[in-house]
Amino acid sequence: MARNIVIVFLASILFFCFSSISICNATSSIFNPVSFEHRSAALELFSATDGSFTSLEETYEALRTFQILGVEKKAEISPVACPLVVETLTSPSSNPEKLFNALRVQQILKCGVDADLFEGVASKLEAVIKDASSLLDFYHSVGSLVLIKNEVPESNIVLGDADSTFHSIKALSQSDGRWRYGYSGAESSTYAAGLALEALAGVVSLASSELDESMIVTVKNDIRKLFDSLEKYDDGSFYFDEKVVDTAEHQNALSTTSSVVRGITSFSAVTPGKIDIPGDKILGLAKFFLGIEVPGTAKDLFNQIDSLACLENNRVSIPLIISLPAIVLSLSRKDLLKVQVKTVLGSDAPPVTVKLVQAYKTSAKETPVLENQELKFDPKSSIHHLDLLPLGIDIGNYIFVFRVLLQDPGQKQIYATGGQTHIPVYVTGFITVDSAEIAVLDNDLGSIETKKELDLSKENILSLSANHLQKLRLSFQLTSPLGHLFKPHQVFLKLRHVTEVEHIFVVGNSGKRFEIILDFLGLVEKFYYLSGRYEMQLTVGDSAMENSFIRGLGQVELDLPEAPEKATRPPPQPVDPYTRYGPKEEIMHIFRAPEKRPPQELSLIFLGLTVVPFLLFLVGLLRLGVNLKNFPTSAIPATFAFLFHAGLGAVLSLYLLFWLKLDLFTTLKALGFLGVFLFFVGHRTLSHLASTAAKLKAA
Amino acid sequence: MAKLSSSSSTTSDAKALFQTLRSAYSATPINLKIIDLYVIFAILTALIQVVYMALVGSFPFNSFLSGVLSCVGTAVLAVCLRIQVNKENKEFKDLPPERAFADFVLCNLVLHLVIMNFLG
Repeated sequence: MARNIVIVFLASILFFCFSSISICNATSSIFNPVSFEHRSAALELFSATDGSFTSLEETYEALRTFQILGVEKKAEISPVACPLVVETLTSPSSNPEKLFNALRVQQILKCGVDADLFEGVASKLEAVIKDASSLLDFYHSVGSLVLIKNEVPESNIVLGDADSTFHSIKALSQSDGRWRYGYSGAESSTYAAGLALEALAGVVSLASSELDESMIVTVKNDIRKLFDSLEKYDDGSFYFDEKVVDTAEHQNALSTTSSVVRGITSFSAVTPGKIDIPGDKILGLAKFFLGIEVPGTAKDLFNQIDSLACLENNRVSIPLIISLPAIVLSLSRKDLLKVQVKTVLGSDAPPVTVKLVQAYKTSAKETPVLENQELKFDPKSSIHHLDLLPLGIDIGNYIFVFRVLLQDPGQKQIYATGGQTHIPVYVTGFITVDSAEIAVLDNDLGSIETKKELDLSKENILSLSANHLQKLRLSFQLTSPLGHLFKPHQVFLKLRHVTEVEHIFVVGNSGKRFEIILDFLGLVEKFYYLSGRYEMQLTVGDSAMENSFIRGLGQVELDLPEAPEKATRPPPQPVDPYTRYGPKEEIMHIFRAPEKRPPQELSLIFLGLTVVPFLLFLVGLLRLGVNLKNFPTSAIPATFAFLFHAGLGAVLSLYLLFWLKLDLFTTLKALGFLGVFLFFVGHRTLSHLASTAAKLKAA
Repeated sequence: MAKLSSSSSTTSDAKALFQTLRSAYSATPINLKIIDLYVIFAILTALIQVVYMALVGSFPFNSFLSGVLSCVGTAVLAVCLRIQVNKENKEFKDLPPERAFADFVLCNLVLHLVIMNFLG
């Protein structure tokens, strides 16, 4: 009983292992060393106007990136940056961070700063270190001192109390290998760990005598603990990330990982002995940086390139990257399998042997098609290659598993080659299509009525006819270059009626032959009882097939029975996108025909006629002997009477204007004023007339 | 004969009627005659426009309406003025003719504001 339980337990462990392996295998991606794309990206991202950047820090990042990538831009940047460097170094108000950035720029540009100036800065920084209380202060001032020491080798810059400085920085470390920014804060950070390691490396290199060995061993232990918090992606890349997200100094995964890589590589460079970190993890870190490909921001690009430069030549282990110039190999072109082994920045690796451990089809993982092949090395092009043709690799999608072995076993300590690398490879080739034929069969007997051979290498213009009691049979054979049966992704037969109704059938394979039999009796319903001419088209396609094709086969004239009453109608065909989104038919506007107008002369005559009654009126007035004797004679009433008539005239002219151009509101406004005036003068005039009339009556 | 005499008597009767009408009308005060003349003038103008419309059609119908209504409205207002000014009308005895004229002017102004608005 107990034995059974143990067996079940073991079996489940085995199953777990296998399943985890298959997960690893499922994601195999390719990492390529730094390439020219990074150079053009660097030129684009660090594009300064007239060689000036927003800060000395950015200037340094640009200079450092250009330096690593071998882009010559110093001449453009130094005229602007050098005066800034000198100004920062001489200014008494510069803090350690500014000095650090200025010195970093100076280290690359060589601005020709006075040695005396360096001495002054150095003594200032030594004072800062003595009473520094935060990690950043230590980092910037120790870093600056190291830079000054490199700059002026003859100067005797030595940290007198290196031990106590080392202790002060070490006091900020936490038990999990991360560090705090200051003595007061409790929050620890992985990014800070990188800064601290770099600062400690600086202290070690500045120390006048050997530091306490036990201290360095403790720090190495811290580094190992820090690697426990390493995180992993499915493609085998490793990275560091901050655990607490909401701190003020939060950094993203790239800058955190970058900081740690800088710290570890600089610490391992100055301390004796090796830091015990597995090569796989260092390789995983390199893959993380390479997996980003070309970042979008200047800061990210600097972090990526600078970290890769640190990894390129470090004392822990130097990662070697395996990459394929081409992952699509054509059998018809007799392509060789080519593999490059390079360092992260793309320089040549030490002598290595590349082995193809295994190759298997992505569809059949359990059965490898190749095992244990060693690739030949061509020293001229530094490419490892293997001829796949004699090895019997047929076309298809494969996963190749490589292993890189160092020829000198002593270098195992220096280089990290990683374990097995899984790379997807696509082998393509030319598929032969033969014995293609199409036939019309009689339904009940299965006897062949008409049979035609097809040449699928070109368009066919067959003309067949069949009724609903017959069958149509299409068959052909696909053979891979090595003579095996080839099963493409897509084998379709399409029948298209003249009314654009389409029917697509998947052609299946039985043994070696691809064959489809269309029994029209069972298909009449599907064909909507549409008799008439159908175009036939055969599609054979696969990503590994170099001669994928769509061929017209010709026409078949179908004679189907009349549709019964309740038969389904063919669905409306999708509208051609061009007619839907193309220009619409032009809209012709129909305007109302203009009204018939009378001849102009007639209208003018009637205009004249309308004046005639007025003339008659005037004549009548004369005959009646009308006079204006009643018009007031004395001055004031006469004025009012005159104003009254003028006002009436004004109102009528206003009406005329209203007709010609004014709108109702303007007219009413003006009429309001005129009306008041008219009312006043009219009242005065008429009351005067009334009073004179009354006087006359009284007299 | 009787027929002839009857017809001649009809004409003479008509003549006599017109005679009396004319003599009666000549007694009318001159200011009323002016108003009558004015009414005739307005009605004639309206008639000419109606004839024009009958000849060529009523295409700018609002203009035609404005024109005719202007004339007819003026004529109506003038008739009103005449009623008020006439001394025989005891009803308006207390109303001074100046006041009636002021009303006439005001009504005309309002009427023609509307006409102008409608004229288009």
